[in-house]
Amino acid sequence: MKLKLTTAALAALMAAGPAMADLVFPSLSYRTGPYASGGIPFADGYADYFTLLNERDGGIGGVMARVLECETGYNTEKGVECYESTKGEGSLVYQPLSTGITYQLIPKATADDIPIHSMGYGRTSAKNGDVFSHVFNYPANYWDGASGAINYLLESNGGDISGKKVALVYHNSAYGKEPIRTLEELSAKHGFELLPLAVDHPGQEQKSQWLQIRRERPDFVLMWGWGVMNQVAIQEAANIRFPMENFIGIWWSGSENDVLPAGDAANGYKALTFHGVGSDFPVFDDIQKYVVDAGKAAGAGDQIGTVLYNRGLYAAMLAAEAAKKAQEIHGTADITAAMMRDGMEALEITEAKMAELGLPNFGPTFTVSCANHGGDALVGVTQWDASAGTWSLISDFKPTDQDVINALIQEDSAAYAAENNIGSNCN
Amino acid sequence: MFYREAGDFSTTYRQDNQTFPIKFDRYRYYAVLAVAFLVVPFIVNDYWVNAILVPFLIYSIAAIGLNILTGYCGQVSLGTGGFMAVGAYACYKLMTGFPDVNIIIHIILAGGITAAVGTLFGLPSLRIKGFYLAVATLAAQFFLVWMFNKVSWFYNYSASGQINAPERTVFGVPVTGAQVEPWAMYMICLVFTFACAVIARNLTRGTLGRSWMAIRDMDIAAEIIGVNPLKAKLTAFAISSFFVGISGALFFAVYLGAVEVGEVYGIQKSFIVLFMIIIGGLGSIFGSFAGAALLVVLPVFLKLLGVDLLGWPTDIVAHINLVVVGLLIILFLVLEPHGLAQLWRVAKEKLRLWPFPH
Repeated sequence: MKLKLTTAALAALMAAGPAMADLVFPSLSYRTGPYASGGIPFADGYADYFTLLNERDGGIGGVMARVLECETGYNTEKGVECYESTKGEGSLVYQPLSTGITYQLIPKATADDIPIHSMGYGRTSAKNGDVFSHVFNYPANYWDGASGAINYLLESNGGDISGKKVALVYHNSAYGKEPIRTLEELSAKHGFELLPLAVDHPGQEQKSQWLQIRRERPDFVLMWGWGVMNQVAIQEAANIRFPMENFIGIWWSGSENDVLPAGDAANGYKALTFHGVGSDFPVFDDIQKYVVDAGKAAGAGDQIGTVLYNRGLYAAMLAAEAAKKAQEIHGTADITAAMMRDGMEALEITEAKMAELGLPNFGPTFTVSCANHGGDALVGVTQWDASAGTWSLISDFKPTDQDVINALIQEDSAAYAAENNIGSNCN
Repeated sequence: MFYREAGDFSTTYRQDNQTFPIKFDRYRYYAVLAVAFLVVPFIVNDYWVNAILVPFLIYSIAAIGLNILTGYCGQVSLGTGGFMAVGAYACYKLMTGFPDVNIIIHIILAGGITAAVGTLFGLPSLRIKGFYLAVATLAAQFFLVWMFNKVSWFYNYSASGQINAPERTVFGVPVTGAQVEPWAMYMICLVFTFACAVIARNLTRGTLGRSWMAIRDMDIAAEIIGVNPLKAKLTAFAISSFFVGISGALFFAVYLGAVEVGEVYGIQKSFIVLFMIIIGGLGSIFGSFAGAALLVVLPVFLKLLGVDLLGWPTDIVAHINLVVVGLLIILFLVLEPHGLAQLWRVAKEKLRLWPFPH
């Protein structure tokens, strides 16, 4: 018994005391629960990219990166526990992959001086860095997504969708409700009719919503779904024979997991994106060589090249680039969370840089500044080919309606600033 | 030897009726209080407060509330999550509507509003029992969550449908919002938990508690000996909901700070509180604490053991947690239906006879 205790204590000591300084990237992942199908590939991609950097380049600027994984199950309480348990380890940036947890962490992380990167989710108005000093949501946010979808519809319908009916099938949560306000503005501007249809968590039951779609006959359906809700919605759309090419999902509703269960019926389904699809990029050769062949792939290692894996990879790449930028600004390899924040604020992603990293044309080019934490808001569209089993980019990353969106962002962030007595951060 | 009545003389009725008649128990109770109030606030850090202490205290209040209804009065309820949501939204509307009033008053008022709503949903209990009542309270759960999601007045028309707790202070110390010190968060929860536990304990020892237990044990017999079932059941619903409402308000305002109703106060919450009282012990205040402690600490403990110490993958540990909780519930239902509280009671009986068991 005594021996056992001593061993346990020794093991705890070894686990607690890191041998040397490293850059800690916590990954609040969810490999369990109703949203695991989305959480697993993202977490794998995020971890694999840092493994690649460690194995190939010897870390970031000579300092090894360490991914600290903590299971949240998409649950806010566990998310808080994970945040508290990892923040003491020198965590540089949080990416919770959950709008609910992001809302939770915004005030906490700001008070603790740790940045949050909610890439394509979270609080949209966090784009206004003047108010949200520690929250970043580059390269695109939900309102860009809403506008991108409408722009795509305008473009493919000769620039006029007035009088058309657009249904929005959304997850009945903070996440799903995000685009409604933008879509309302856009519907006033372009003269289409908006039909919002809420689907309750977790979204397995959508018969009544699709019955309503069948009755109201909208011309287009947009979807803000996540996890099992996506698969069910696409299946239901197939059941009522809704034309798939008129059905567009947000980037969280456009992965292989979502379309495969519906089989051939899902052919032609579209989804928005802010990064490239497929594994036809040089970086994947390196991942194969340094990570997979070395037996160091995260998880089961079967997700490489899927849409959400690529997104995890992209998130890790942006975090690593921001860390490099921070090392450059502060002239030290061993950066802190506060330095990381400065690095994120000075981040600039160019064509040349992406090509250098083995990811040519993988995502939109953008720059981050103090006033603009959201990048340049370029959104692309992908389409599913059921027979080939691949997504392909059918519309390149294009600008969105910033006149409408910026006004809304100003309004929402000003309300937040007033509520919480936040002054200007950028002067 | 130490743990016995002998030598402890009561000279007044008051002494004879005290909560802890055994001296050892009484001093242990004072010691626990002293540690909780005077020692813990000075040594806690963010992690302990956020991961263990505050959820434990808040869940204890919810478990006490549900225990009054289910454990003492025998009315099965699956609406705890919904009633916690009522407490949270009531607290939010009060906080934003009357910013100058102290947060403590808001939390108590939120409990009062929940009590009214709980009484309303308790009305069917006069006609239906058992499974059917469980289903009726389940309807309350779904209806309340749906309503808070649907009616935008409840979340002040915010675009995301989330509610966020603004900063509020008690004696100049912030207890909600981003700038809360861990000890302040802990103290406000502790004060509410202490008050609730004392009130609940004394209610269940008095006339009201006895009438609840009479209804629980056999409602027809209780009616014959003169217990008014209308009064007993409705007071049980009201008082239970009052505690549950306070826990919901604290959960939102102090612990999480931002809440989305479907996610935080869903059916999951109802079940976890029910599991707490099943594992902890139906019809026992101590059991409410024990169950809450077990279900709050267990996942954290398993995570520390599995992920940090043994280096297992996080998803395996999360699944093991589910297996362990499920197993515990089955084992307790089969082996010890009165839960941890009964184990504690048996241990005390043994201790009383120790070291001469005959």
